[in-house]
Amino acid sequence: MAVTCAKLLRTVCPKFLLANRSACLTAPAFLPSRRQNFLQYQKKRFCSSVPRLKKETVTLTFLMPDGERIETPAKVGDNLLDVVIENDVDIDGFGACEGTLACSTCHLILKPEHYAQLPEPPTDEELDMLDLAFDLQDTSRLGCQVVVTKNMEGWEVRVPAGVADAREPS
Amino acid sequence: MRVLYKRLSLTRLRTLSSYCCRWGSSRSADPHVAIVGSGPAGFYTAQQIIKGHPTVRVDIYEKLPVPFGLVRFGVAPDHPEVKNCIHTFTQTAHRDRCSFIGNVQVGKDIKVADLQKAYTAVVLCHGSSNDRKLGIPGEDLPNVLSARSFVGWYNGLPEDVGLSVNLDCETAIVLGHGNVALDVARVLLTPIDILAKTDISDYSMDALSKSRIKKVVLVGRRGPLQVAFTIKELREMITLPKCRTVIDLLTLSSLNENIDGEETNTHTVTIENINELPRPRRRLTELLYNAAVNPPEKYTKIWNDATREWHLKFLRSPSEIVPTSSKEGPEAVKFIINMLEGDDDPLRRKAVPTDETDVIPCGLVLRSIGYKGVPLDETVPFDTSRGVIPNKKGRVDGFPGLYCSGWIAEGPVFVLAGAMNNAFATGKVVLEDLGSSKLSSENKGGKDAVLSALQQKGVKTVTFTDWEKIDQAEILLGEKAGKPREKIVSIKEMIRVASSE
Ligand SMILES: Cc1cc2nc3c(=O)[nH]c(=O)nc-3n(C[C@H](O)[C@H](O)[C@H](O)COP(=O)(O)OP(=O)(O)OC[C@H]3O[C@@H](n4cnc5c(N)ncnc54)[C@H](O)[C@@H]3O)c2cc1C
Ligand SMILES: NC(=O)c1ccc[n+]([C@@H]2O[C@H](COP(=O)([O-])OP(=O)(O)OC[C@H]3O[C@@H](n4cnc5c(N)ncnc54)[C@H](OP(=O)(O)O)[C@@H]3O)[C@@H](O)[C@H]2O)c1
Ligand code: FES
Repeated sequence: MAVTCAKLLRTVCPKFLLANRSACLTAPAFLPSRRQNFLQYQKKRFCSSVPRLKKETVTLTFLMPDGERIETPAKVGDNLLDVVIENDVDIDGFGACEGTLACSTCHLILKPEHYAQLPEPPTDEELDMLDLAFDLQDTSRLGCQVVVTKNMEGWEVRVPAGVADAREPS
Repeated sequence: MRVLYKRLSLTRLRTLSSYCCRWGSSRSADPHVAIVGSGPAGFYTAQQIIKGHPTVRVDIYEKLPVPFGLVRFGVAPDHPEVKNCIHTFTQTAHRDRCSFIGNVQVGKDIKVADLQKAYTAVVLCHGSSNDRKLGIPGEDLPNVLSARSFVGWYNGLPEDVGLSVNLDCETAIVLGHGNVALDVARVLLTPIDILAKTDISDYSMDALSKSRIKKVVLVGRRGPLQVAFTIKELREMITLPKCRTVIDLLTLSSLNENIDGEETNTHTVTIENINELPRPRRRLTELLYNAAVNPPEKYTKIWNDATREWHLKFLRSPSEIVPTSSKEGPEAVKFIINMLEGDDDPLRRKAVPTDETDVIPCGLVLRSIGYKGVPLDETVPFDTSRGVIPNKKGRVDGFPGLYCSGWIAEGPVFVLAGAMNNAFATGKVVLEDLGSSKLSSENKGGKDAVLSALQQKGVKTVTFTDWEKIDQAEILLGEKAGKPREKIVSIKEMIRVASSE
């Protein structure tokens, strides 16, 4: 019976078991910032399944590597990884480590004037991970570390091309 | 989770609508694609192909009964966040046009040519299952191990479970300055109560809890500007609890001189202008420099009550591993001291031997100078010196319908994000060929023929649902031990759990 329920649940909502599983995967406490970040992210994911107060939103535009512009609402207080997931912005491989500062696949490039307006500069840990990103720019940030604020209305963020996309067409 | 489900379904809808235009509504035979290897390259290639084609079926063949390649058996146990990509792989495996077929060693149980007979396209993503050798005397002594086997040992890779590791000594030498070298050093030096909360295999935990190792020396053949490890991993070492960082002063004092614009001697690296280095290399070099010469208090505070230490030494090529008198293991490693020559680009400078030497005593040697790919079978072209399949953008030279991606295509040089990009690119190339007249799907029935051939041979295959039983069993075992999972390390036991009701 239990197995059948789990199967059913997975069909209806494939992420259900996975969310549980990722909580189990969380391990050591010796890197507090990363761990906290991860737990916060998990919490947020769980919270997103229950109704919550409607948050204020701004509109952001993602500039895709192929020139496409994707306009999307973004809730104030969410980070840019949340925005991408919640709004189904179709960026291949975005956020592989699920916001735990362990992958650099959530790399986004801001306009210099916007970059300068962000309340917090990137931490050493974010810069360390950014250093592995392709197409690194002075105004690069990791999307999972940038929190949406009210003054972001109308901002454009560029999605960098992966190495592969940067190769000439075959 | 609601959000994620929504993402999946919307993506499906969107891609489905674009399919209809590209592939038309009438079709002759649906294409079948076989993927060999279920590491990141295999799963990301599968993801890209399924997303980009309305009817393709993708089957992922894996040598082991369990999926995910180096994400399960390479990535260090204290880096669980890196393994979050498993969630995306699992989503791919749950797609109804994707099958996982585990416990099938392609090349042995079934030939690549047989897969090609059954599939429209075959993508080889079997990674690098061997490693490079130094070719020096003493390399085959007991307790002179490849870092690859040592990693397999602590991560529960079935073939390495029986590795004989003796930690009853004070000093270990790690040869090589890559991220794998830092991984193995960190595992040797991390306080045991931290490791106990990870999914490290229980027998290695036992061995590590009795370890007498106090000092790990990482020796590289070139200088600080050429290290292959990355800054996050270095910072982790520098801030490792109860562990002191000692960075070779010979080389780094020269770094200092260089920064001050003074002369250097021939043994040392020159940094003409640290500020002209690209940002990642500059930040990495600054961190090395500060840790060596000018460590901030936040580091020295950790180092002051250290019980263990790690040393970083440069410009030394191992020339011989000296055995103890009983030949039961190593007693020391002899090195030739190098200087760097050539090229304006510091990264491409070569190590050239001087006539000076050095000897470092030790009781354990871990060789960490890179992984190496091996051919699946004689029919697939292979570049034995680089350990890769020769290819252009993922297409195997001269073999229509045969592709490769990941480490086996480009060498063991990527982190996960790199393997992902490479796999996506190869996936796009496969899609392009599926959409052209280059490949025919006539009489290519996919897995049915292969499965019945395997069954006749007595190969017991494992499905993704079977793997999920293993997964659940491991999580349960882990709960009892207060860890995220206890890996099942015997193939026989994996198959038993997979076959259970
Ligand atoms: C020790 C170690 C630690 C790492 N840590 C990190 C990290 O923290 N972060 C990061 O970003 N990257 C890390 N990496 C790099 C990352 O693991 C690789 O970039 C990535 O796994 C390469 O993917 P792949 O699919 O090409 O190869 P693999 O992951 O090796 O996958 C190959 C798969 O093919 C299977 N296979 C082999 N032969 C056959 C056969 N004959 N038939 C069928 N199947 C076969 C194997 O069993 C395996 O499952 C690490 C690598 C190592 C070695
Ligand atoms: N945490 C992580 O993100 C993580 C962890 C593990 C692995 N990985 C990734 O996995 C890939 C493989 O890592 P790796 O450490 O195995 O390989 P690597 O990064 O290529 O490093 C290999 C090291 O071995 C040295 N070397 C090679 N041949 C030698 C020889 N004959 N004698 C002496 N030294 C020699 C190299 O020095 P030279 O430069 O002089 O050749 C280099 O320092 C990398 O992309 C790595 O980043 C990532
Ligand atoms: S999602 Fe991995 S670093 Fe942001």
